[in-house]
Amino acid sequence: MVEVIIIYGLVASAVLLLVSLGFSITFGLSGIANLSYGGIYLSAGYLTWYLLYELEFPYILALFISVITMAIFGALIYKIVIIRVRGNIMNEVVVTFALGLAIIELFRWLGLGGYRYSLPSIVQGGVRIIGINLDYQRILIIFAAILVASSLWYFTRRTKTGLALLGMAQDEYTALSLGIDSDWAATYSCALGAAITALAAVMIFPLGVISIDEGYKILIRMLAVTVLGGLESTKGLVLAAIILGFFQIGVGTLVSPRWTEAVFLGAILFVLAIKPSGIMGQSKELEERV
Amino acid sequence: MKNSSYRKERMDRGIKARADDIFAISSYKEIAYLVLPRFLFIVFILLVPILGQYAGHYWQGIIVITCIIALLTLSWTFMFSVGLISLGHAVFFGVGAYIAGWMSFEFGLSPLVTIPVATVSGAALGALLFYPVLRLRGIYFALITFALPLFMMRLIEATGYLGGTAGLSRLASFPSRMVATYIIILVLLIVVFGYLRIQDMDYGLVLRAIRDNDLSVYAAGINVPLFKAQALFLGALPATFAGAFLTHHYRFVGMTAFALEYSMFPITSAVIGGTGLYPGAVLGAFLLTPLSESLRAFGTLRIAIYSLVLVFFILRLPQGLFRFIQRKYHQYERWVPIGKE
Repeated sequence: MVEVIIIYGLVASAVLLLVSLGFSITFGLSGIANLSYGGIYLSAGYLTWYLLYELEFPYILALFISVITMAIFGALIYKIVIIRVRGNIMNEVVVTFALGLAIIELFRWLGLGGYRYSLPSIVQGGVRIIGINLDYQRILIIFAAILVASSLWYFTRRTKTGLALLGMAQDEYTALSLGIDSDWAATYSCALGAAITALAAVMIFPLGVISIDEGYKILIRMLAVTVLGGLESTKGLVLAAIILGFFQIGVGTLVSPRWTEAVFLGAILFVLAIKPSGIMGQSKELEERV
Repeated sequence: MKNSSYRKERMDRGIKARADDIFAISSYKEIAYLVLPRFLFIVFILLVPILGQYAGHYWQGIIVITCIIALLTLSWTFMFSVGLISLGHAVFFGVGAYIAGWMSFEFGLSPLVTIPVATVSGAALGALLFYPVLRLRGIYFALITFALPLFMMRLIEATGYLGGTAGLSRLASFPSRMVATYIIILVLLIVVFGYLRIQDMDYGLVLRAIRDNDLSVYAAGINVPLFKAQALFLGALPATFAGAFLTHHYRFVGMTAFALEYSMFPITSAVIGGTGLYPGAVLGAFLLTPLSESLRAFGTLRIAIYSLVLVFFILRLPQGLFRFIQRKYHQYERWVPIGKE
């Protein structure tokens, strides 16, 4: 029992980290709460499926094309939609949420549900660790999560582009006066967020089937992790993913799987009520409360 | 005409300039200018159920749903006017629905008792639930309201209380369909004109000030969270009433009371009608709901369609339809050549 919780808790944490990094990076770098990532997540899954089975692309190429396409799509969402309502939080949230909803419900209407729609594992087979069967796909997810998180950390702290984006997030006017373009930064962060979400989708979908409700589930998960970790802190995000991941598996195995969804929503409510800046975030402390 | 050497000039009608202030009313014409639109609205809305009889059973049902959505939109608009942006209005709707359903199911009480009790206690419960988070603003409040109805749904599903996934059925109903329709229409009128009244009172001024700049309201020595809690209570009343009403109308309450539709519809109606305007809220609901019902043949595509309508309105017509009509009513427009004055 304990082994199951440890191993699968680790996998669940990696899954949560991977899905929430995209949303978090967009919010952290440009302050845009892009709630359309549920739709992007699904789109990436279906696009990969289509490339793989209908056009018979090699798997790796299909993954690559999906991620790039979604990055362009994310940038377009900013250029066409968000740019017109930038700064008005209510409109930002409502527009992106409605857009995500439209994408998800469009897929539902097209009838793209069921067992037909699933992606194969990137690497077949598995290993046995302390008495638990673990397939390579799940191990790959753990490595991908670590890799994406650390390279994002490196990107925002050590590269010139990343530092420019971070500067924009910290103080827009100072960054503007140093010649950093606000719209460029926001477009970049939206594209980056969408690409990471797409990457999460193609890594995680092989674990199950591509189902429509996954779009909503993912949205709740990315919100739960980001809110718990603090809306802009990478360290907090990792910690929150680990806490929620182990909690999810713990509740699922010890109590009942029916409660897992309630865990995420409960986490959002609890954290927002007690400490809205999350366990690690502190920079927004003054702005978020009256 | 509409080439680049002309510009559109807008001027207030003379009657508007004089009748805007209550002291300036000097003739029946000016009284009519102010009263007639309101009067026509009341007459229209009272006639709707009678007209609905000729349209058949199906459309009579839609009239009720339209009023429900209008009430939810008014409720959403009231909270918006205090700066509380709710992405999950279904939570108020669902709480009202479940309180009424539970009272009727457990104790067999009549709708005459359950609806008022559910309306008031549901709104009070909402205000109490939200009290700890009322200090949050902007996105944080929106996120918490987004999560709440989903959480309630999962809670009922996981615990199996209140009928669990099956819901509570065979509840008490209204004496007749016509009585039910007129009850909700009367409540709708009371809410519209009641909210407009509150908006013009000093109390409403404080609420608007909280939205515009809460820190200066604090500095004026006003207890902002207390005012916000009161606003939440007042704002939740129509939504909880709508929930309780629909429970008895359908004689059933289930997890669908917390469905996404009851959160998205009010926002879309409000944006279409004109965000922040009570008459606009009613206009939006009366346009959107019948439209959405006629799109029912498209299945779930209609959610996609009205999401896109919402996106279109926010991007292209952010002022909404009501402000547009209002402008036409109050102002002249003409094209004047540039540089020839």
